[in-house]
Amino acid sequence: MRKALNGAEAATEALRQIDPEVFSAYPITPVTGIAEGLADLASEGRTTGELLPVESEHSALSVCIGASACGARTATATSSQGLLYMFELLGIASGLRLPILMFIGNRAISAPINIHCDHSDSMAAKDSGWLQVYCETAQEVYDLSFIALKLAESASLPIMLCQDGFITTHTLEPVKIIDDAEIKKFIGFHKPKDTLLNTKKPKTMGHFSMPDSYFEFKEAQEKAMSHSIKEYSRIIKKYSRISGEKYPPIARYKTSRADFIMVSMSSVSGIAKDTVDELRKKGIKVGFLKIRLFRPFPYKAVCEALKNAKGIAVLDRTLSFGSMPPLYSEIKNCFMGNIQPYVFGLGGRDITKEQIHEVFKKLSKKDYEEGTRYIK
Amino acid sequence: MRLNSDVKTCLGCVEPIITRIIIEASELPVIVSLATGCLEVSSTKYPGTSWNVPVIHSAFGNSAATISGVEAAYNALRKKGEAKENLNFLVIAGDGGTYDIGLQALSGAMERMHKFVYVCLDNAGYMNTGGQRSSSTPYAGITSTTPEGKPTFRKDLIKIAAAHNIPYIAQASIFDIEDLKRKAKKAFSAQGPALINVLAPCPRYWRFEPQNMRKINELSASTCFWPLFEIENGRTKINYLPEQKMPVETFLSMQGRFKGITKSQIQALQEKIDNEWEELKKISSA
Repeated sequence: MRKALNGAEAATEALRQIDPEVFSAYPITPVTGIAEGLADLASEGRTTGELLPVESEHSALSVCIGASACGARTATATSSQGLLYMFELLGIASGLRLPILMFIGNRAISAPINIHCDHSDSMAAKDSGWLQVYCETAQEVYDLSFIALKLAESASLPIMLCQDGFITTHTLEPVKIIDDAEIKKFIGFHKPKDTLLNTKKPKTMGHFSMPDSYFEFKEAQEKAMSHSIKEYSRIIKKYSRISGEKYPPIARYKTSRADFIMVSMSSVSGIAKDTVDELRKKGIKVGFLKIRLFRPFPYKAVCEALKNAKGIAVLDRTLSFGSMPPLYSEIKNCFMGNIQPYVFGLGGRDITKEQIHEVFKKLSKKDYEEGTRYIK
Repeated sequence: MRLNSDVKTCLGCVEPIITRIIIEASELPVIVSLATGCLEVSSTKYPGTSWNVPVIHSAFGNSAATISGVEAAYNALRKKGEAKENLNFLVIAGDGGTYDIGLQALSGAMERMHKFVYVCLDNAGYMNTGGQRSSSTPYAGITSTTPEGKPTFRKDLIKIAAAHNIPYIAQASIFDIEDLKRKAKKAFSAQGPALINVLAPCPRYWRFEPQNMRKINELSASTCFWPLFEIENGRTKINYLPEQKMPVETFLSMQGRFKGITKSQIQALQEKIDNEWEELKKISSA
């Protein structure tokens, strides 16, 4: 069945089908439509979950944390200042390993105040331990809602599902809707063990951790994050069986024998692909690469897609003040030689001179490996 | 015990004692939301825990919002038959997490009428970070950020809670442990939000010897600095009428944090206490 929906309505329709036990949000343009839509559905008796329209985004995410700790399926929606107001809780949600689903209508950050689209909000949160998926269309918002939910639950990590403010949130498109029964079967039940509600086996969540244990918590989070690339592939395969749509971590458009490739994300992809078509007609070999899964970043697939290009242009919809923009930096990461990333000192862990010697020793032996090394 | 004896607070700290009295008063199993603070850091050090009930610590200013989420999840799961047990929900926060950074979240949770008990362990400052002033620090109290004494009076948390028209609000202290127990039981049986503000004298930063804890609590009540009363469904009731109301100076002089307080400051504090006490007696139904 097809329905004319904008991106916010597509999210609402997906949430109707997911029917999370708890949804909590605070009004912010351009995603107010999601909470309003869910309130209407609840008043018509078409959803069963608890809706908590709370007094701030800080509380909205806090509600989700409390609810998710109880094993409830939990969702929220926000944008711009709202996401920044939640910032303190982002690391807590990911650190407690809670699979909260957050819809984001990407919007510029104040000051000056501006309600329209750029990616400054979610890009500011790219290192908060949340999975991040960026949608081009309302159709992607709808389909990726279910994929995002399953990915979050399989990795025990929260996820941001981003769509462009106004451009996607407020534009009507025909959206193919899957039967409730099929969706129900696909998402299944969420039954985590040892939740906060288990009084027989009481659990302390949110420990006080000293330098002797903090690093291991963070390393485990990173492992879950990087492992979720594989999980993502497994989940989209399963989803394509009910929808027919494939949603790989990156979408290649005429990149395979392209001389020049442009890389970007979200709604700009539409006109980027049109432009590729126009240039191809003139015999110019160009292609477009869309990044859908931004966290974890699919380095291998991106390197593979770009390795033969003569030139690459990266279009970021945000600045990184005093540095290079974030998507550009990720693409550059695919083409580095003789450089090894290390992480040290998390949570106050000491680093020793011997460990620094070891770093130099490895360099002199040309001992590099894929991915980050930890100095613990 | 729901909170065991392995809590690493300072010598003479009353917070674990108050918490035990309250939490043991619940006939039902309890889920606890802790705000960042002295009790939280001293009871949850990884990999251990001092708690034999489920506990969640999220952040400093969101413990009331966290419990809102817990209660909402419980209600949703109960509707589906996935949660069967009857439970109580409890927040424990300090005055920093209540009067200051957590006030908005607390106000929101009270206005939404979640069924939970909120306990403020009020030690009148940020003792976990070294004794800075909070909006609960009394007038003329010396803290590390008010070295010459606090220039303003404390915020009235009970009146703020009362303005939300919640079913049960109480002020208590370990001066009368039976009264505290009774209040905890009432709070747990309230059909909606309940708040108990409990005095938690801090030997370290109020600067008194731990053996004077009993005396400090007694004087807080008999001077009416910390009157014991409750507001049940809008009806105010004083729970302790001192036979002889003591001058506030007797309470202040036992604490190093009021060292150097001037006569006029004492007078100002005395007047404030007298006025509030008269006001309380006027609205009290018993």
